Amino acid sequence: MTAPTGNDAFVEFERVQKSYDGETLVVKDLNLTMPKGEFLTMLGPSGSGKTTCLMMLAGFETATHGDIRLGGTSINNIPPHKRGIGMVFQNYALFPHMTIAENLSFPLEVRKMGKSEREEKVRRALDMVEMGAFGGRRPAQLSGGQQQRIALARALVFEPELVLMDEPLGALDKQLREKMQFEITHLAHRLGITVVYVTHDQTEALTMSDRVAVFNDGVIQQLAPPDVLYEEPANSFVAQFIGENNTLEGEVLEIKDGIAVVKLDDGELIDCKPVNVSKPGERTRVSIRPERVEYNKDRLQEGAHTLKAEVLEFIYMGDIFRTRLRVAGNDEFIIKTRNAPDQVRLQPGQQIEIGWLPEDCRALDA
Amino acid sequence: MTDTTQTGPVLAADGTPLKKSLARALRMQKLRALMLIAPLLLFVLITFLLPIADMLFRSVENNIVSDTLPNTVVALEDWDPNSGEAPGEEVFAALAVDLKAAAEAKTHTKVGTRLNYENPGISSLFRKAGRKVKKWDTEADGPFKEKFLEMDDAWGDIGVWQTIQTYSPKLTNGYFLNSVDLKKGNDGIEVRPENERIYIRLFIRTFIMSLIITGACIVLGYPVAWILANLPSRTANLLMILVLLPFWTSLLVRTSAWKVMLQQQGVINETLVWLGLVADDARLVMINNQFGTIVAMTHILLPFMILPMYSVMQTINPSYLRAAKSLGATNWTAFWRVYFPNSVPGIGAGSILVFILAIGYYITPELVGGTKGVFISNRIAFHISTSLNWGLAAALGTILLAVVLLLYWTYDKIVGIDNVKLG
Amino acid sequence: MKLSKLSVLVATTALCAPAAFAEEMANEMTLVSWGGAYQASQVKAYVEPYLEMNPGLKVIWDESSAEATAKMRAMAEAGNITWDLVDAVASDAMRMCDEGLIEEIDHDAVLAPAPDGTPPSEDFGELLVSDCFVPQIVYSTTFGYRTDLVGDTPPTSVCDVFDLEKYPGKRALQKRPIDNMEWALYCDGVAKDEIYDVLSTPEGVDRALAKLDTIKDQVVWWTAGAETPQLLADGEVVMGSTFNGRLFSAIAEQGQPIGMLWDMQSFDLDGWVVPAGLPADRKARVMDFLKFATDTQRLADQAKYISYGPARKSSAPLVGKHAELGIDMAPHMPTDPANATNVHVYDYEWWADNRDDLDAKFQAWLAK
Repeated sequence: MTAPTGNDAFVEFERVQKSYDGETLVVKDLNLTMPKGEFLTMLGPSGSGKTTCLMMLAGFETATHGDIRLGGTSINNIPPHKRGIGMVFQNYALFPHMTIAENLSFPLEVRKMGKSEREEKVRRALDMVEMGAFGGRRPAQLSGGQQQRIALARALVFEPELVLMDEPLGALDKQLREKMQFEITHLAHRLGITVVYVTHDQTEALTMSDRVAVFNDGVIQQLAPPDVLYEEPANSFVAQFIGENNTLEGEVLEIKDGIAVVKLDDGELIDCKPVNVSKPGERTRVSIRPERVEYNKDRLQEGAHTLKAEVLEFIYMGDIFRTRLRVAGNDEFIIKTRNAPDQVRLQPGQQIEIGWLPEDCRALDA
Repeated sequence: MTDTTQTGPVLAADGTPLKKSLARALRMQKLRALMLIAPLLLFVLITFLLPIADMLFRSVENNIVSDTLPNTVVALEDWDPNSGEAPGEEVFAALAVDLKAAAEAKTHTKVGTRLNYENPGISSLFRKAGRKVKKWDTEADGPFKEKFLEMDDAWGDIGVWQTIQTYSPKLTNGYFLNSVDLKKGNDGIEVRPENERIYIRLFIRTFIMSLIITGACIVLGYPVAWILANLPSRTANLLMILVLLPFWTSLLVRTSAWKVMLQQQGVINETLVWLGLVADDARLVMINNQFGTIVAMTHILLPFMILPMYSVMQTINPSYLRAAKSLGATNWTAFWRVYFPNSVPGIGAGSILVFILAIGYYITPELVGGTKGVFISNRIAFHISTSLNWGLAAALGTILLAVVLLLYWTYDKIVGIDNVKLG
Repeated sequence: MKLSKLSVLVATTALCAPAAFAEEMANEMTLVSWGGAYQASQVKAYVEPYLEMNPGLKVIWDESSAEATAKMRAMAEAGNITWDLVDAVASDAMRMCDEGLIEEIDHDAVLAPAPDGTPPSEDFGELLVSDCFVPQIVYSTTFGYRTDLVGDTPPTSVCDVFDLEKYPGKRALQKRPIDNMEWALYCDGVAKDEIYDVLSTPEGVDRALAKLDTIKDQVVWWTAGAETPQLLADGEVVMGSTFNGRLFSAIAEQGQPIGMLWDMQSFDLDGWVVPAGLPADRKARVMDFLKFATDTQRLADQAKYISYGPARKSSAPLVGKHAELGIDMAPHMPTDPANATNVHVYDYEWWADNRDDLDAKFQAWLAK
């Protein structure tokens, strides 16, 4: 099974493995193909191998096995400074002894660019990130957000086709982070550059990316656009890792017409969409998003399976209500409802019945 | 708008000016801080600053002549040193009175020793005279000029009297002049004869060799510090022990070890001869010269260079190098344009430390320096412990101190002292 | 009852006290010496016997004689004299005496006469070079050479040191003008009794330095007495000057292939000085010890342990054999007539006057 190569394959990982100690693999048999202009995020918990992949692409780590290609040519033996890849580091890595303008000028200088051309490009790059007035300052005189913009401008100033970003917003506060997420995506799309973005923040991954590769244990668990990832997680790790998720455990009774009937451990039956299950008798973990759970009987479809639930806690969160239930022996079952005028506020101790559409309930691997 | 109407100072809640109450609050804080450092301050004052002040003062102090020979000094005021003649009877009579008192107090030899620094021979002149004058009757035994001349015709030597007159004042710049190979002549300041000039040469040599040693420490220490800073901390700590090892060995032992290594029948020469690289009768001279001093002192001072460099390099984020490479810099450019400038504060701190330690060193140059590898501090030590010319030692020390401060100031002006980091 | 008894006791003690203390000798004494074999010879020859006679006494050693003058001055300035008796070379003693740092001593009153009744001033004779100084030993600075590196004709004259053709190789000389200037002039043809007259003139100084210039490249300059024996043992130098006792121990005790040259060796003295201004009890103790430690027998005993000559004439016939090696010590003494056929007599007075001046010129010459 070889990855497709063609005009749309700009970055390719083929059967890439990486081991630091010769005993355990940090990256196990990675295959990935990215078209030009894509914004791809590598998402995963720490130690999942995502940063290692980025560093192999940048050239700071060598692949133990396999091939990494950029624009069709293997870059395994090309040193980092010849790869022409822009990179934004977690801590910005702005050179403290240089002014902002000198920092930006640095990649142009090492490319032996003339002075006037350099100045012009630096000016444009600074304007691009709205930092035109800061050229004479030192990095230490700037705020975290400003440093982030400069780091971005520096990675872009020499017009690379591929830009790598290693958790670039990790050190910023929430509000600034959200603002920068939009700026980065807008800039990337405007300039048409290809971006590989590493983060452990799933919201960031979902809002910014064209596609997200979810890493765990050195393997890509799922590579898909954000909506697919959220709504159709391929396995229970992805379902758990992306967004909030309710799980119930049970056994498949039968699969028929694309509907799997699952017998939960307390004996109740529910209808689900079989994703990772194929035959009756298999153990499964059923995943339902909290906002897809319905307790208003009028809104449930005719004939849908319902479950008894006891309200344990009601939390008012402004835009939504968050209610914790006991469902089929699970005390952590959450439902989310919009704060609408006709919305019922459930009281703790109340006995209700809940249900959902079969396609919103996904039977995944146990 | 409101600002223009309010012209008075901003007031605190109780009506006192804000500035005043802030100052009061701060003063309490400062006082508390001062109390905390008071013991150390006192300690430094007593054990460090006072002795230095005392030393500085010794370099100009010259009470001894006017205190021991008060009458002579006054009587000599009228004598013209360029007259070509020894002073008259009244000066000798005054000298007889002073010497008799001094001999009884046993201070006549002291002033003799002092004046002997300036004019060889006065020491024994005073010693002999003291013995005789003690038995004289200063009222009746005149005229004294004849008696002195009879005792030793050196008393008729104008040079002796010129020396006494020149060094009568309570303060003198004589020691300082001596320190820069000048002397007080009858007609003002003169350059010492060529065969007595030594200090300027030694000062220059001390500075040049200290610079070489500092340079050698930078060249040898930088890679070591770099490796230490880039190794996993476990291995780095182990290697650090090797760096610190010289600290745990006595200075004398280390210096003697270099002797064994470098001397003509030493380990290095024997090895070279055995390998046939050097002929047996053309063994390398590596000790008792400047080379020996530089080698031994570089070894001794190396840790003082490595430690500040290491601690600065540890703070340099490794991602700077990666960033530089990702921006297109080769390994060398990344090092030279990005890593090196960030390590300069460590080099600066190490260099200041090593240089200042080097110019004050004297044990190692004394042992392995021979004649061409000794420092100014060896002369200071000599004048402190052997010649007892503490005034001259103090003047030399003061000049050394002044030059160090000057260099420090220059460094601050050029590089900036805030650019020096010890960790 | 009790109370009155006690008060009587207190009163009598108080009355007696001043008288008692005047006779009292301190029961602690700090001696300053050079350490090593020399100090050991002092311990064996007279400190241990004295301690046997005075069981309550405690002796503290301070091996600071090399820096004695500077430390004495510092103590005097601080007004806190912790030393009781200091071993010093004669030139240092004269310097300290000039500075008023040490007591003048009436030798005949303080020291013991010879067994035949000769007063100390005669028994020590011209060795009493300073009023403050009690000599113990005569030592000499002389040359040793490697017997295996000088061929069949070992050096016989001090001028062989200046003969690079006959004896090629490095020489060790002390890093100071004293002795070296005299030897240089002597070997440049100046008569022995005119050396200091010549050296008193600027031309004489130049002449001596010019002579030293002829071997300057081949000289290793030493500052500590242990260096020359080590340099000889390592084969770093062919010949070198040092104290005769050091050479004796390298030859007789360590069996090194080293020979000794008894020609124009420079006589020097080492002895005791007493710091000025000691409290009465300490001074009484020191004077008592000094009288014992410098008597005829004690000085002769010291020669059993080290090859330095006793400073008393009356001690010479009593010099016996080495305490451990059992060899006759007399032939190894600088004072032995066979060794003293051609001796350089060091002029203390002249050097006291000219030391600083010549040292400046000598150091300037060295640095060139």
